[in-house]
Amino acid sequence: MKNGSLKQILLLTDGCSNKGEDPSATAALAYQQGITVNVIGILEDDQTESPDGLQEVEDIALSGGGVSQIVYSESLSQTVQMVTKQAMNQTLQGFVNKELRQILGSDQGIEDMDPEKRGEIMEVVEDLGETSDLEVLVLVDTSASMHNKLPTVKEALIDLSISLNSRIGRNKFCIYSFPGKRKDIQKVFDWSPKLDTISTVFPKLTSGGITPTGPAIREAMYQFGKKSLLRSFRHEDESGMEETGY
Amino acid sequence: MKMNRVWKKQGIDLRPGAQIKGKWHHNNYTIQRKLGAGAIGTVYLCDYGGRPAALKISDKGTSMTVEVNVLKSLEKVQGSRLGPSLLDVDDWVSPTGDMYSFYVMEYLQGETMVGFIRKHGKDWIGVFMLQLLEDLEKLHQTGWIFGDLKTENLLVVSSPPTVRWVDVGGTTKLGRAIKEYTEFYDRGYWGLGSRRAEPSYDLFAFVMVFLTIYYPNRFEKEHEAAEKLLYKKIDRVNDLTPYRSVLKKALTSGYASSAEMKQDLIHVLNAAKKRETYHKQKPKHSWKLLFMESGGIGILALMYYLFSLLF
Repeated sequence: MKNGSLKQILLLTDGCSNKGEDPSATAALAYQQGITVNVIGILEDDQTESPDGLQEVEDIALSGGGVSQIVYSESLSQTVQMVTKQAMNQTLQGFVNKELRQILGSDQGIEDMDPEKRGEIMEVVEDLGETSDLEVLVLVDTSASMHNKLPTVKEALIDLSISLNSRIGRNKFCIYSFPGKRKDIQKVFDWSPKLDTISTVFPKLTSGGITPTGPAIREAMYQFGKKSLLRSFRHEDESGMEETGY
Repeated sequence: MKMNRVWKKQGIDLRPGAQIKGKWHHNNYTIQRKLGAGAIGTVYLCDYGGRPAALKISDKGTSMTVEVNVLKSLEKVQGSRLGPSLLDVDDWVSPTGDMYSFYVMEYLQGETMVGFIRKHGKDWIGVFMLQLLEDLEKLHQTGWIFGDLKTENLLVVSSPPTVRWVDVGGTTKLGRAIKEYTEFYDRGYWGLGSRRAEPSYDLFAFVMVFLTIYYPNRFEKEHEAAEKLLYKKIDRVNDLTPYRSVLKKALTSGYASSAEMKQDLIHVLNAAKKRETYHKQKPKHSWKLLFMESGGIGILALMYYLFSLLF
């Protein structure tokens, strides 16, 4: 566990995709490569029940091995943190469960143990969650309808960074928005240990109703790859670079 | 992943009279009524062999296990009861085949701190402050931080009136990231500190607890600096006048430990007592009384001892 860090994509959206490949499929692809995809669907304040389009939110998270939640924008901060932490625990628990099955036999997971043993194992999972490194790529839907939610999104992300940086483990965040001007996604904020430095507001909103969620997830997935490639080139600087996490 | 299926499952709703039988320890509990519901699970009043108990049940097995771990470690704190005592931990397989985790705690009966102070007056504020600080100090000494300290998690039990903690789900190990918090009570939300678990985190929430008594509808962040806003809110409450300086210092993480804050508070309380114009005459024969009492007890003990020698 010491070597790897947990990788997550956090998708914030308010509607369903309408361009390009199926987002559930690209989420499954990301999950296969060790990246968890979490999705938060944001409702309008006057919406009383979730529209059909938000069923997609659940489907993406399900195939992306992550957590999904649908919220009103005012409770976004807490939800973003809950989802991120829950997804971390879920991933770690998955690892631990796999190890346990290897040691104890195929039908002995955490659920099949008595509460005392389960408690001891959960302590290990919690320890891992506190100390492991985390990389979160935030993918924000900036289609027209998201316009008035973006300030709240920004606040929620800063809040997320406060929470995660209170952990012992190191963090890296970056923010991308989609759709981009010419590409599927556009970089808003490069990989950094903290988010409280985001002063740049999200780029000019793209008008028109295109929401290419699928292609955006695929692009986002490549951003993790790029970074590790870069890191392997600059292996010498690595320790210096990582210290900034504190 | 398997957890996802669990996550989507509808919340649990048990009717009065429902029987919960543990999968591992085979204890039987009869549900009486719902006491409350939170982010993780629902709490019911239940009957266990004729005695009342509080049973918390949830489909989020992981989070429940974490809570149980906290309750267990609080029980190791000797000489005091910080959280409700834990009676049983088990799983329940519902008739539809779904598995739920549950644990059973001592049932604490009491009223909210807000209700109590409204009924019995502001004299109790200082008392509860000292009680809470003492308990927090004990907790911090063992390497834990309460985290989600708020009025909803506190209960005043009677004879003698004592503040007890009912929900310890947010309790976090010292130095880690706070596990669970409520925005209003969270210094991170107000921009007045980090969410790292340290004594000063709890002391900030402590101040907000006493503010909530006077601002039951709470209040929100405004454009003005949070520090100024909170100071103003404290200044507006007459009942909190004696404690102003202490509370303000705690808001800005000025106390490294609860003991330090308690000391300041005692100082302030004593000063306030002196300033009061009327004095109640204290009985001065207490020494004599103490002497007679201990002497009497001694004689009685001796008699019992001699008596026991005869048989």
